Amino acid sequence: MSATSDYRRREESITLASEPAGGEGETHELLTLNIGPHHPATHGVLRLIATLEGEVVRAIKPIIGYVHTGIEKTAEDKSYWKVIPVIERMDYLSYYFNAMAFCGAVESLLDLEVPPRAQYLRVIHLELNRIMSHLVWLGTSALDLGAISMFWYCFRERETILDLFEYSSGQRMHTRYFQVGGVMEDIPGGFEAKLRKFLANMPTRADQYADLLEKNEIVLQRLQGTCPLDRETLLSLSVTGPLLRAAGVPWDLRKAAPYSSYDHFSFKIPVGTVGDNYDRYRVRHAELYESVKIIEQALDGLPEGPYITSDRKVALPPRHELATSMEALIHHFKLVTEGFRVPPGEVYYPIEGPRGELGCFVRADGSAKPARVHMRDPSFSNLQATEPMVRDSYIADLIATLAMMDPVLGGIDR
Amino acid sequence: MPDVTGLELAAQELRDRDPDCLVGTEFARGRAVLLAAPDRAHAVVESLKGAGYSFLASLHGVDYWPEEPRLGVLYELLDMDRIDRITVKTRVATDAATLRSVTDLFPGADFPEREVYDMFGVQFDGHPDLRRILMPEDFEGHPQRRDFPIGGEPVLFTYNEQQNYGQYQ
Repeated sequence: MSATSDYRRREESITLASEPAGGEGETHELLTLNIGPHHPATHGVLRLIATLEGEVVRAIKPIIGYVHTGIEKTAEDKSYWKVIPVIERMDYLSYYFNAMAFCGAVESLLDLEVPPRAQYLRVIHLELNRIMSHLVWLGTSALDLGAISMFWYCFRERETILDLFEYSSGQRMHTRYFQVGGVMEDIPGGFEAKLRKFLANMPTRADQYADLLEKNEIVLQRLQGTCPLDRETLLSLSVTGPLLRAAGVPWDLRKAAPYSSYDHFSFKIPVGTVGDNYDRYRVRHAELYESVKIIEQALDGLPEGPYITSDRKVALPPRHELATSMEALIHHFKLVTEGFRVPPGEVYYPIEGPRGELGCFVRADGSAKPARVHMRDPSFSNLQATEPMVRDSYIADLIATLAMMDPVLGGIDR
Repeated sequence: MPDVTGLELAAQELRDRDPDCLVGTEFARGRAVLLAAPDRAHAVVESLKGAGYSFLASLHGVDYWPEEPRLGVLYELLDMDRIDRITVKTRVATDAATLRSVTDLFPGADFPEREVYDMFGVQFDGHPDLRRILMPEDFEGHPQRRDFPIGGEPVLFTYNEQQNYGQYQ
């Protein structure tokens, strides 16, 4: 199918050429329109300065920084294990991923082995988080396209996931479940049954979302053929994740450079063909099923054993040891007051977040606090692709594209 | 990641072309780092791009205070075909913090370079639009530097808007 749909072909009165429309020497007036920073369609506090010619976007400039809270700076003033809660609040829809990137970076600085059970528990929670993040994206994006009921359906399933998070860690969001060396606690009894119920349910729900959206003429016209971007441009703009896979590049760090025993599981990487908004939607939607598959396999093969490293210099001793072992008490005291020290060095630990490559750079100077923490947030890099995507397309397509890009401003501004 | 030998071979290849382009190599925990001279960093990144590292995964700044030269800029390059990562690191002093922008090689370096400029005060020559990106445009100072204090920044009200808002010294 060509890049222009029927709907667009019928609109012959507006030229989509880059030159101003009109006759010789005649230029149409350009309108500069400010969108945001407080606008429901910008998915956060993103401000866009759009230059319009009629209804066609000629240039767009994203302005960010409205929720910059200096988390990277704050992290430099906290001991390693106290950094985890602040790091989690960067990209507020993928808190397990933020914690995973940071913990993974610190673990490789410490040369720390994570027990297999902890790795599997991490995978279960990471993939649940991926489904949760995609559900929020699907609900809010459908809202932008005018499908209000999708929002309630997606948030219904999201609520089930948040209940599971609450069950395993006590918190619905920003759970601080991942620790350096493993996870905070083993999953409680009954977690598996609840999770299995959800896993049995989720593919059917995803089918229902697809039925609601993919058989809807309005959604199809808004998505199909709108704002495609070729893979070379995406790669040169450092775009990763579903946006890149939608253009047909099967790049997924879970397959390419497996971490946390992702190589134990069999799953597929959904890719698109033309890289338009419809492909972006389909890739994320297909990832819902793959994540369910991964969780099922992780749950089936969940190994026995400790859920956190037995290295007492890094992980807190079990509570019952404190009453009987002086050594445990000393370790507990040292960890809680000073934290653990990390040998000097630098590390960049990339993982596959719901939006793309989430890399954590940590520089340790030998003290108990990191000397520099930097998060390579996928939303930050992906946002640069907005202009090439929406240039010379309608302003309504800008809203749809922004929805399909799934930017999380907490991650962009950090 | 290239191993130690692979890193040295890559470094030797770069040195054959330009003997002064590298000041050293680092290899630790499977991470290969080429230390580039600040004026040659662009050339090193360019030849690595030609050698297959055609994706700029990340670009970040580091303040090595109290070491000198203080500021570091790191380019995390990725070769998607061989699934290989290499890092180019270059160090500049705070009073001569100027590097050539790599936006001509990687248009995606636009935002990250603006962030490094914003947070560390490294100037990137040839950047199309070098402005602050996360901090307000009237902000003074570069907050990610290690000698920039945490907290104590006054909240802007009408009564104190004339009193050096945004200044930290």
